[in-house]
Amino acid sequence: MNRIEKVMRRIKENNEKAFIPYIMAGDEGLDALPKQITFLEKAGATAIEIGIPFSDPVADGPVIQAAGIRALQEGTTLKAVIQTMAGVRPIVHVPLIIMTYMNPIIAYGIEKFIEDSYHAGVDGLILPDLPVEEEGLVAPLAEKYGVEIIRLVTLTSPLERIKEISSKGKGFIYAVTVKGITGARNRFDKQVGEHLQRVKSVSSLPVFAGFGISTPLHVKEMNRYCDGVIVGSKIVELFREKELSAIEELIKAANIMRTIK
Amino acid sequence: METYKLPDERGHYGMYGGKFVPETLIQAIVELEDEYKKAIEDEQFNDELNTLLKEYVGRETPLYFAERLTTFANGAKIYLKREDLNHTGAHKINNSLGQALLASRMGKKKVVAETGAGQHGVATATACALLDLDCIIFMGAEDIKRQQLNVFRMELLGAKVISVDTGSATLKDAVNEALRYWVANVEDTHYILGSVMGPHPFPMIVRDFQSVIGMETRQQYVEKEGRLPNAVVACIGGGSNAMGMFYPFINDESVRMYGIEAAGFGLETNKHAASLTKGSPGILHGAFMYLLQDANGQIQEAHSISAGLDYPGVGPEHSYLKDIGRVQYESISDKEALEALKLLSQLEGIIPALESAHAVAYALKLAKKLNADEGLVVCLSGRGDKDMDTVRAKMGGGV
Repeated sequence: MNRIEKVMRRIKENNEKAFIPYIMAGDEGLDALPKQITFLEKAGATAIEIGIPFSDPVADGPVIQAAGIRALQEGTTLKAVIQTMAGVRPIVHVPLIIMTYMNPIIAYGIEKFIEDSYHAGVDGLILPDLPVEEEGLVAPLAEKYGVEIIRLVTLTSPLERIKEISSKGKGFIYAVTVKGITGARNRFDKQVGEHLQRVKSVSSLPVFAGFGISTPLHVKEMNRYCDGVIVGSKIVELFREKELSAIEELIKAANIMRTIK
Repeated sequence: METYKLPDERGHYGMYGGKFVPETLIQAIVELEDEYKKAIEDEQFNDELNTLLKEYVGRETPLYFAERLTTFANGAKIYLKREDLNHTGAHKINNSLGQALLASRMGKKKVVAETGAGQHGVATATACALLDLDCIIFMGAEDIKRQQLNVFRMELLGAKVISVDTGSATLKDAVNEALRYWVANVEDTHYILGSVMGPHPFPMIVRDFQSVIGMETRQQYVEKEGRLPNAVVACIGGGSNAMGMFYPFINDESVRMYGIEAAGFGLETNKHAASLTKGSPGILHGAFMYLLQDANGQIQEAHSISAGLDYPGVGPEHSYLKDIGRVQYESISDKEALEALKLLSQLEGIIPALESAHAVAYALKLAKKLNADEGLVVCLSGRGDKDMDTVRAKMGGGV
């Protein structure tokens, strides 16, 4: 069984709330990646999302764009990230999920990428420019190697489509909480709670909220409606500012929910 | 050859095209496709568009026999399809008006668009002024520097121009920002993409609105010469004027087609915009297409003297037409384009846009190889007024 599937099962059984931090691989150089991963695991992350820098990240806001540019300037490549992940895998137990746009994968070779990812201990993929209409390029190969594709639903996805998307795979549903790109928000649309409940009501998979979540309060607020949160830009920013205790605070906000339940 | 009928129902041209966009945009592009299909069957929509094209844009544009250019080349007859005579000075208005009408039909009161040289931005700002739509244009900071006058034009027409500083600060980055803006404002905003690129249905919609170029050319050529041309030639950045010229001829096997990319400083340098000639397939801005990219799939910066060709990708349908060999893709350097611009100015009294000068330069080479009883058409996609600063600087201030 894939690590993601196992962790999802545990969450369900124990009524836990998940916390998935995102980091940009190669921000501060690839040498920093193993340390960041082990730190996040120790701080209580449920799984870790590892971003691959891309020159044209259309789904990302300023913080992740800037981190991507720094990582590219460090010479970060998809190949080097996979090798680094393989190196850290033996000492890390949480699922590791790669987040990347399609083009670096195509340049790598789609099947070779999936195969190498699998051998490196990568458990899942988040591909923001691969909607279900086009996933035939990747999904059959991912399934062959047992790498989970994590699919996104958004505030603009109709209910029928949410049903269709959440019937696929064995991981979790990534419910986007804003109309827009990644990055911290002061406030969320009033509809977000309803949206998350709607997704929850049709999804047999756990539903995690992401985009714009940046404070312990947001984490608690979102977790009222779903099974966990994904935090990206804020984590990237806190790593850059070396505010490691603030990262621990954020993750703890999800853990508090676990103990209350 | 079988009758050409693409894209398929999934928006693919062979392996190219598709809808590689964030989930937030899927609903909007599905709605756009539905609405577009209804609109083109709707007599009122077509009447409205055709009336505007005739009385506002000034169509049909002439198919002009360039006699002195023909004499100079000493080969095939050279005709120019005068898209430069359109309102706003280029073919871009054909698409902007069509899409602005679609936006109105969908009840969207706001429009966002990207622009490189500023021609698509000006055309879109114009259509929005006419149809009373709010208009936001994203433009790379580098291009804003190169095309000050077009920025002023857009603002005069009531559009808001937003400078893009990310990446190479040119067209590619303006598309990124326009897409990001659209993701955040998709419910009340339509994105008027300016070329035959982006996610399906954009490449199809833009091609169809630009096909008026090829349809008129076909009819005009037959009226003048009693047969079809031997060849048609058009420049390619994203590829909209070329697709508009080629599409109505695509089933006419006797008509050879030439798409001309920008070779910039030369194909052997890395300062060019020849995505089809030197690039490889990948995904950018919502579509599978040929791209200029490095070995790790990072998109590379394009270069051309003409801002309108300065894009590191080329529309999915061109990518497909290259692979099946229906269109031959060639390239012309900055230097050759400048020479052709000067030549056309002095032989015919027509100052072409730098983009179109690439097509003219190749047409001259081609005409020389053909016989006097053969004929070709060059799509003169725009006029050169916008390029005068660039051209004057390159010529060292004097001719």
